[in-house]
Amino acid sequence: MTQAILREIIAYANRADPYPLYEELRKTPVSHDADGPYVVSTYYEIQSLLHDPRISSDSRNLKSAADDPLAPDDAGEAALPPSFLKLDPPDHDRLRRMTNRPFGPPHAPHRVHDMRGELAGLVSGLVDGIVETGTPDRIDLVDQFAYPFPVSVICRLLGVPHEDEPRFHVWAEAIAAGLDPDPDADPADRQKGTGGARMELGMYLAGLIEERRKNPGQDMLSQLATADGPDGAMTTMEVLSTSALLLIAGHETTVNLITNGMLTLLRHPDVLARLRDDAGLAVPIVEELLRYEPPVQLLPQRTTLADIEVAGVTIPEGASLWLILASGNRDPQRFENPDRFDPDRRDIQHLGLGSGIHSCFGAPLARLEAQLALSELARRLENPRLLEDPPPYRQNAVLRGPRHLHVACDGIRP
Amino acid sequence: MSGDGSLERLRRSGRIVVVGASLAGLRAAETLREKGFAGTLTMIGDEPYEPYDRPPLSKQVLLGKAVADHTALPRRRRIDADWRLGVPATGLDMAERVVRLGDGTEVGYDRLLIATGVRARPWPNEEEGALGGVFVLRTRDDAVALERSLAAGPRRVLVIGAGFTGSEIASACRERGLPVTVAERADAPLVGALGGVIGAVAAEMHRENGVDLRTGVMVTGLEGDPSGRVRAAHLSDGSVVEADVVVVSLGAMRNTEWLAGSGLGAGPRGIACDAGCRAFDVRGIVTDDVYVAGDVARSPHALFGYQFLSLEHWGNAVAQAETAAHNMLSESSDRRPHLWVPAFWSSQFGVNVKSVGVPSMGTEIMIAQGSRDERRFTGVYGYQGRVIGAVTFDQCRWLPFYQRMIETTAPFPLEFPTVDRRSEGNKPMDADFPDPSVPTHGPTITLSGYSPADRRMTFVPAHH
Repeated sequence: MTQAILREIIAYANRADPYPLYEELRKTPVSHDADGPYVVSTYYEIQSLLHDPRISSDSRNLKSAADDPLAPDDAGEAALPPSFLKLDPPDHDRLRRMTNRPFGPPHAPHRVHDMRGELAGLVSGLVDGIVETGTPDRIDLVDQFAYPFPVSVICRLLGVPHEDEPRFHVWAEAIAAGLDPDPDADPADRQKGTGGARMELGMYLAGLIEERRKNPGQDMLSQLATADGPDGAMTTMEVLSTSALLLIAGHETTVNLITNGMLTLLRHPDVLARLRDDAGLAVPIVEELLRYEPPVQLLPQRTTLADIEVAGVTIPEGASLWLILASGNRDPQRFENPDRFDPDRRDIQHLGLGSGIHSCFGAPLARLEAQLALSELARRLENPRLLEDPPPYRQNAVLRGPRHLHVACDGIRP
Repeated sequence: MSGDGSLERLRRSGRIVVVGASLAGLRAAETLREKGFAGTLTMIGDEPYEPYDRPPLSKQVLLGKAVADHTALPRRRRIDADWRLGVPATGLDMAERVVRLGDGTEVGYDRLLIATGVRARPWPNEEEGALGGVFVLRTRDDAVALERSLAAGPRRVLVIGAGFTGSEIASACRERGLPVTVAERADAPLVGALGGVIGAVAAEMHRENGVDLRTGVMVTGLEGDPSGRVRAAHLSDGSVVEADVVVVSLGAMRNTEWLAGSGLGAGPRGIACDAGCRAFDVRGIVTDDVYVAGDVARSPHALFGYQFLSLEHWGNAVAQAETAAHNMLSESSDRRPHLWVPAFWSSQFGVNVKSVGVPSMGTEIMIAQGSRDERRFTGVYGYQGRVIGAVTFDQCRWLPFYQRMIETTAPFPLEFPTVDRRSEGNKPMDADFPDPSVPTHGPTITLSGYSPADRRMTFVPAHH
């Protein structure tokens, strides 16, 4: 039964609206079939497990080879050591601390805030780019806005030269396609395309890292490459896997957050109108979006270090564990009217960015990007409306979002 | 009371008085209004300021990174209260249902909430305590005065007492580059709250950060110069510390003196109340119309053997105030117990220290995750085979798990593996708390008379 629901959740036919399936899953907070993973779908149980030191994120602790419908294509990543996303303390803590030194408090408390002006310029430039196409009656908000914006942001953060940004866009698209398997495509062709992009990206980053070691700038990559704090230095491979993680994770999730955001706002034109009148509303809107349509729908890569009892079910040591964040975010035991998009919620402690030590590293930047993007689009698009509802979705069930978002509007305000 | 409409009359037009216009008092008032109390609300506070946040006073304010008058507490909602600020409560007459104020006026109540909290324990020698350069730290004005002195660049600061506040003050001094000596009666900082194993880590942190830490000593006297400023302190080991700023950090005293003679069960340990926040009188009988919340309250906690706990915790003050406010407006069948699991945090020498539960009840401690040497670890306290508390140094994201273990009376020692378990975490150690057989500060009761009708209890106030 669980396995059947999981298959349906992953099935493309349900990509546009998996929430009835999550509701079905929640009837059994911890469910498990035969050789499949243990699936946790209720808010309090997920929240508890995210703070449980008996849960491991290191796949080397997996004991059973679960029949995993989302078994990752690891071929492309084999060359790199695991990023901190896939490590347990103390290794996770060390890498994360070192990555945080040039990014957030207490060492770089203004890094994200100081990017505000630059981000606003990028957003404005992309909307201007839409004006230049001259066709406001058919805009693809993904290809023309939500997709390029985060890549540019991360390139600025990592200090990628401006002239090299277009290459990053190409690589990001190819790698994203690998995360987004087309069931009709030849797996070998897909792997070749993804692997090629990964290899080129890796070579480029390795070269950039070496260059930054010799001539460090103010960017984050320079600081990662030359770090010499209490945690020692990062190896080149560690800098490589960390910067690749920041690029891919920072890109994929933010594209989805912005796109899901515009889709949701276009389905709730009253909220869109309020945002146009008051840009400050972007803050609660983004929080409610992270609950209502989280960019990361589930965490399929946890395992247990011991037998753990959750909601009356014992999950054995070494089992594969899935935490369905998007289901927890719609749990009526936790949120009143959970299927209603309500930016005025007073209590909005959601699972949209995870929780515990693996909570989303780039969350402050992602929030800011989404707030600026949505408020600018709300301000400048005249009478925007959906041309397709639901829009075509990407294949990926974990990083769920529309592949295209076709919108018409009457014009672009200056 | 039930069913006679008196509760509805109270909600509509009753008089509720809150004594103590600080965190607990404010949150209670907000909760009362939120729950539909439409009657008269009077807020009495002895400081001339509207409610403000205290934790920053020993951290950001002392570092010069925040201004004390910018620590006002955010309001959740309007409370439409009659504010009587800058005037202390001086007495309570339960028979007349009246609070007496220092300006000679009286305020009548139908329900009273006492949230007068604590104040810093002053230096016991009044003359020495009055010397210029001698400070305590509890109020906003205390913080302003102390920060001004630190900003003036004293030659040496002496901190008397290495509890949480004293340690934070020492940390702020070192961060400002000021020489600081800490005198602590126990063998290490923080031992009363966290035991000797953690105290040893704290001691190393002090010394690594340049604190001149003196343990096992008491300050026997403060010496002033001819102009009346503090000049030096004499320690019980015979040494003399020359210091031009002295911060007395000897813990807190409950603000209960104003209740002397009121008949309430109030003393130096606080005001005894039931789990629903209703105050006990001196006979141990619960009152119906006097409630207590926050640092001044002492209430039994089901999770900790029904011991009466008195908690100086920000989160407890909020939760207990909300419970008290709820119960003040409820039928007895709808009253709630106050079941907040104690949690406390501190920031010292760049390390986030946070605890849950009641570590001081623990007899053993186990370093379940991380490493003391790295100053990043989780220590779990056990008492009679169950988990009773936990403390983290720079690992507070794990605490919800251990709080759950406390709430579920999980077995101790921990038998399961965790991420980041080091060899030092393989077995429990003695938590090494000080010997609890210290003299009591409790009140004394004498009985007179012979028949039940003649029985009289006389309350003899405790000596400090």
